[in-house]
Amino acid sequence: MPKNTHDVIVVGAGHNGLTAASYMAKAGLDVVVLEKNDWIGGAAVSRELYPGWKYSNCSYVCSLLRPEIMRDLELYKYGLQIIPYEGSATMMKNGDYYTHYHDHDMTINSIRRHSHKDAEAYERYSRDVLRQCKIIKPLLKMTPPDLTSFKPKDLFGALEFAKHFAAKDELDGLGEKEIYETIRFYTMSIRDYLEEYFESEITKAHLAGSAIIGTALGPCSPGSAYVLLHHYMGEVDGSVGSWGYARGGMGSITQAMMGCLKDHGGEVKPSSEVTNVITKNGKAIGVATQNGDEYYAKKIVSNLDVKRTFLKITEEKDLPDDFVRSVKNFKIRGSSGKLNIALDALPDFPCIPEGDPGGGGDMHFTETIEEMEGAYDDWKRGEWSRNPYVDMCIPSKSDPTMAEPGKHYMSVFIQYVPFNLANGGWNEERKQEFGRHIVDCISEFSPNFKDLINHYEVRTPLELENEVGLTEGNIFQGELTMDQLMFNRPVPGYAQYRTPLKNMYICSSSTHPGGGVMGAPGANAAREVLLDMNVPQKGNYY
Amino acid sequence: MTQDLRYSALKKTPFHSRTSMASRTNKYYNWNGYTVPTEYSTTELEYTAARNGTSVMDLTPMGKYEITGDHAHRFVDYLVTRDLSEMKDNTVAYIIWCNEDGKVIDDGTIFKFSSTKFMLCCAVKIYNWLNDSAYGFDVSISDVTDTIAALAIQGPTSCSTLKKFGATDLEKLKPFEMREYKIDGFNILISRTGFTGDLGYELWTDPKNAETTWDNIEIAGKELKLRPFGMHALEMTRIEAGFIQTNTDFMAAEDSLRPTRMRSPYEIGMGWLVHLNKNSYFVGKKALKKEKEENTTERCLVGLDIDGDKPAHGSVIYNSKKEDIGIVTAALWSPIMKKNIALASLKRPYGIKIKENIFAEIYHPEELEYRKIWARCKVVKRQFFNPERRNKVPADLYE
Repeated sequence: MPKNTHDVIVVGAGHNGLTAASYMAKAGLDVVVLEKNDWIGGAAVSRELYPGWKYSNCSYVCSLLRPEIMRDLELYKYGLQIIPYEGSATMMKNGDYYTHYHDHDMTINSIRRHSHKDAEAYERYSRDVLRQCKIIKPLLKMTPPDLTSFKPKDLFGALEFAKHFAAKDELDGLGEKEIYETIRFYTMSIRDYLEEYFESEITKAHLAGSAIIGTALGPCSPGSAYVLLHHYMGEVDGSVGSWGYARGGMGSITQAMMGCLKDHGGEVKPSSEVTNVITKNGKAIGVATQNGDEYYAKKIVSNLDVKRTFLKITEEKDLPDDFVRSVKNFKIRGSSGKLNIALDALPDFPCIPEGDPGGGGDMHFTETIEEMEGAYDDWKRGEWSRNPYVDMCIPSKSDPTMAEPGKHYMSVFIQYVPFNLANGGWNEERKQEFGRHIVDCISEFSPNFKDLINHYEVRTPLELENEVGLTEGNIFQGELTMDQLMFNRPVPGYAQYRTPLKNMYICSSSTHPGGGVMGAPGANAAREVLLDMNVPQKGNYY
Repeated sequence: MTQDLRYSALKKTPFHSRTSMASRTNKYYNWNGYTVPTEYSTTELEYTAARNGTSVMDLTPMGKYEITGDHAHRFVDYLVTRDLSEMKDNTVAYIIWCNEDGKVIDDGTIFKFSSTKFMLCCAVKIYNWLNDSAYGFDVSISDVTDTIAALAIQGPTSCSTLKKFGATDLEKLKPFEMREYKIDGFNILISRTGFTGDLGYELWTDPKNAETTWDNIEIAGKELKLRPFGMHALEMTRIEAGFIQTNTDFMAAEDSLRPTRMRSPYEIGMGWLVHLNKNSYFVGKKALKKEKEENTTERCLVGLDIDGDKPAHGSVIYNSKKEDIGIVTAALWSPIMKKNIALASLKRPYGIKIKENIFAEIYHPEELEYRKIWARCKVVKRQFFNPERRNKVPADLYE
């Protein structure tokens, strides 16, 4: 037997890779995780790039991470805690503002300041979106059935799927009308959806933000309503749609997962970039790394996105041609950038009154859907948005571990930023120009902001690809549109975490149920591997 | 009087300075986005005031919508299930309205000033529903919840209290009639309506007049056993009267997350308010007609007279085979009747054809332990308490 033999190799120590690895290790398998960077975590990391300040360099807030996973892996034991945040605000050029709060009545009063009708419509809207969240919740944990297969497992799966779609368990069953509504919802643009409820521009703009974060769709693009659901379907302790900070930054999530993995005998190897999958007789048997090591295992699970997995580390000769073509056609367009900023003090945002909890969470300054669509238009031309949609938050307001008392860490997510920048592409100079542009945009709402900056990290889609390994810097590892969701994710016919290459699996966000720090793809993939290996499964998730 | 509502959860009513002064318990709750007392001193005494003297309650949080315009009468008749085509000016009617599937959105009262001006009072927020339904009607709808201060003045001596306050000839007002008064320079509308199932009135005025009105009513009722009365006491009286409460006894169709929780009027004992043979169309008529014709009504809301003296809060109702047949939506030990009563939603035929051998499983808390009581229930009329004085004209006076 060659050296370095394990039961399972997981490629990539992001949150899904670590989730899959932990579940498999807990089930008694010998698991090794190989990571290209000399740190672990993928896009869920906390790194100190400037002394005294911790950044959540990529993902920055948590809601989607399935509570069953946190429970099964006992992540609290390894230091994970989620701090819910109190509110969110959109600042307006006229000095006014719009806010949402943890408290429902406060939100209603806030909306009423802008439109009486919208305040009441918000109740109906919340109910309808909550209904969608309840419908999708059990689907997240399912391996999507293959609708073309007649295997009992798939026939049963299809029935199960239909049952969940009609919310038989979650909501005692929906009527025809509600099911039609769901189908409409999945295909609509967020603008059209919101216009069925709201009249005021600011209400619509504030709510539409969740529908464009991370996607290469605009608010008027069909399918963008689903992206909103994707951001709403998470929860913090049963409060559906709530978001929170991971204490210690997003890296705490992957650190905790690593803690669990190690406790169950698993191993993580940083600085071990997998260059190719070793095959024998059409089966995957191991991987080779950049530093010349070889690892062998019964099963190989890739946490890389579907393009990297099959166009970079797997050889085309080992895969069916039509599969390779589908993978090439997979939409994974980068559209987001980020600034991580070390601040000497809390910046003033004069629009938001002091003490208003609305300023405790995400802050924005896009006032209309039209502005948002305009930002998208720039992206289509290969430019960063001149008037971007930003999702800013200051985790250190709630989390004492990110910076010294009185100092603050600010995370600024920017939509839209192209991967292929027009007129010559990205270089250091243009990256810095982009960073300065965003700082200028924020300064318009915060007069003392610039003076407080000690350091900032600029991240374009190019950095996300090079450093984290997300193709084109797409944060969801693939666009969240119906043609790439559920049984179509990553490609039709291969939605069950198995790949055309025997013994090779995929557990990344490129698979169902998709992007975000959710862990569900990892847990789902682990279930399939364990099934194939006849290893009994246990836990709340399964 | 505008309040700064930035980052505040609940509003204060125009009576807040007075209700908060009257409150000895400092117990409040959120009614429709407003802070109102649940209890001023002792719920039992407040309840007694409503059945013995005069009880005063701040009613302002109730949703109030003004419907005006040439089509106002037609629109209102289209909105609700009851035939209002013959409704007279200066009268009030109890109504329910449904969505297009014939599921109840809410119940409430409609006040007719003239064929071009109505006011609708209800529990849930329906500004959007009214506007959406008004498509094609020449009406304008405004939410007047904040701009009209309202008080409920209920109880055997309530007519005398209000007469003393300045409402001349009030005893001649019939139930569901209303009259405009001018008192202390302010217009005050008084309607003979209420939620206690007793003699009682409701009073509607300008928020600017709220504090003075409260003070003067207190003075007027001084010798007439007047007491401010909170939500808990109201809950007691409304159960005795058999009145239903939205989102307590049934889920409002527009608020239900689960479609199976929506109820038709026939399922909540409101079939008497559905006039299928009214000439004009109304929202939900087709669905309700179909339900009636095909006899597909699944549930009913009934009154229960329960053995023993332990209120059956939230109890599951069983048949003799211990099969689950429904749930208690509201329960009370009635002080005036000395009866253990409840409203319950049952699966038909229980409550309609089968009225015997029905049991409530009551969990009675006793110092960190629950005593499980298996109590026999009798299906009775939902209107448990209905005193003669309630509808008497002229109304009883204490002079």
